[in-house]
Amino acid sequence: MSDLATPSLSEAARTPLYDLHCALGARMVAFAGYAMPLQYASGIIAEHFHVRAQAGLFDVSHMGQALLEGPSAARRLEALVPAAVVTLAPGRMRYTQFLDSDGHILDDLMVARLPGEGASECLSLVVNAGPKAQDFAHLAEHLPELSLTIEKDRALLALQGPIAAAVLARHFSGIETLPFMAAATFPSEGGEVRISRSGYTGEDGFEISLAAESAPAVAERLLAEPEVRPIGLGARDSLRLEAGLCLYGHDIDRTTDPVEAGLLWSIPEHRRRSGGYLGADPVSKAIVEGPARRRVGFLIEGKALAREGAIVTTPDGAEIGVVTSGGFSPCLGRPIAMGYVETSFAEPTTPVRLSARGKALEAHVAALPFVAHHYFRGSR
Amino acid sequence: MTTIRYTKDHEYIRVEGDTGLVGITDYAQAQLGDIVFVELPKVGKRLKRGDEAAVVESVKAASEVMAPVSGDVVAVNDALEGTPGLVNADAAGEGWFLELRLTDTTELDGLMDEAAYRAFVASLD
Repeated sequence: MSDLATPSLSEAARTPLYDLHCALGARMVAFAGYAMPLQYASGIIAEHFHVRAQAGLFDVSHMGQALLEGPSAARRLEALVPAAVVTLAPGRMRYTQFLDSDGHILDDLMVARLPGEGASECLSLVVNAGPKAQDFAHLAEHLPELSLTIEKDRALLALQGPIAAAVLARHFSGIETLPFMAAATFPSEGGEVRISRSGYTGEDGFEISLAAESAPAVAERLLAEPEVRPIGLGARDSLRLEAGLCLYGHDIDRTTDPVEAGLLWSIPEHRRRSGGYLGADPVSKAIVEGPARRRVGFLIEGKALAREGAIVTTPDGAEIGVVTSGGFSPCLGRPIAMGYVETSFAEPTTPVRLSARGKALEAHVAALPFVAHHYFRGSR
Repeated sequence: MTTIRYTKDHEYIRVEGDTGLVGITDYAQAQLGDIVFVELPKVGKRLKRGDEAAVVESVKAASEVMAPVSGDVVAVNDALEGTPGLVNADAAGEGWFLELRLTDTTELDGLMDEAAYRAFVASLD
């Protein structure tokens, strides 16, 4: 068999949960320079279904966490991201992107405004593991007047799934009423714990930022709950693909802009009009003219999988795009993919072919997400 | 008499007489993770040693399965079409891929026996 070689893990950095992953029987792989659990004993598909049905615990400590503080920090950050940060209320968070001057995506990130005191404003940022060093350099270069604290001493856990709220409330009282895309802080022995209602699975869930040294004990307490199982990167990827969420470096990168990527929802009207952020001019142009290509989903006939890099053609064989993520959807029981096609082929149900290992797979364009989101919209 | 031989690419062939069942080892299935699709050759196809005999797709990657020895495909495991997870559950048994009629049984001499394969796998970890 080809491709069974596993990359060396010896060079990889370790998260605070490394020993716990090993004790849980994880298969560790090198990802973005970190030794991370790909899966545990039950396998990716079982982990995937567990998150959709109950609650799964993810270690996402490889991601970059930082605090950006100072007078008018929100207004100043708006120079680098197209989201509305000024109007972000304390305790609320938003999804946005760092763009370059061409309007291309340097990274995508979450920004939360922490409750601040006086004139100084404090923003909490979570960026992707791969580009985090460049992200922090970008912030330091463009916003030298603000204080940037890279939180290397913090871990990040995610608890995701329909009963994540009920489970987490046993440990953090009142957390079940936290709104979607809101953040709250809890004092604890190991220092402040910051919890946001957010995630990367399409399910209700939380991300928990806490001191590195207290992370293993908190993770073990959550794993001791009967409904919670540990979930690796494999299921993280299949869950986010079903949810139609972009993976940086694959579905979005320095060659894609937020308009063609279908992320215009993250740019509010007033910022589309008045700009004022790095990359605003090309993004405005793309908004006015419409993008030449669009990110879409693909539902594939048959059982063979289309992987990243597969060429998208019309049924006649004319090249119209490329697959940027592909895999097996456990919930749909069939292969799915995501990628870009020329705008005139972006309507759902448009028939296409995806070339995989020299074979053409019949497919059609599908609306995203593949599996409906179940974010918390409040109890009524 | 049954003879099992292994390749360094983690295929096995379980030979009885001049035919053998080809599959991937338990080590290989564990490395691949959940298998969701196996593309099998057509019965009658003639394979040379090292030719692509099948493709196995797991949730992680697609991998080619090479013919461990030369031969003609005389049967394929149709059960894998509906239940590819058989490879995970029983790689050495119910999860076989295809049956070959060997064209040159001396090619088996170039493969590892069980003890050699075990030692090879142990050297990988």
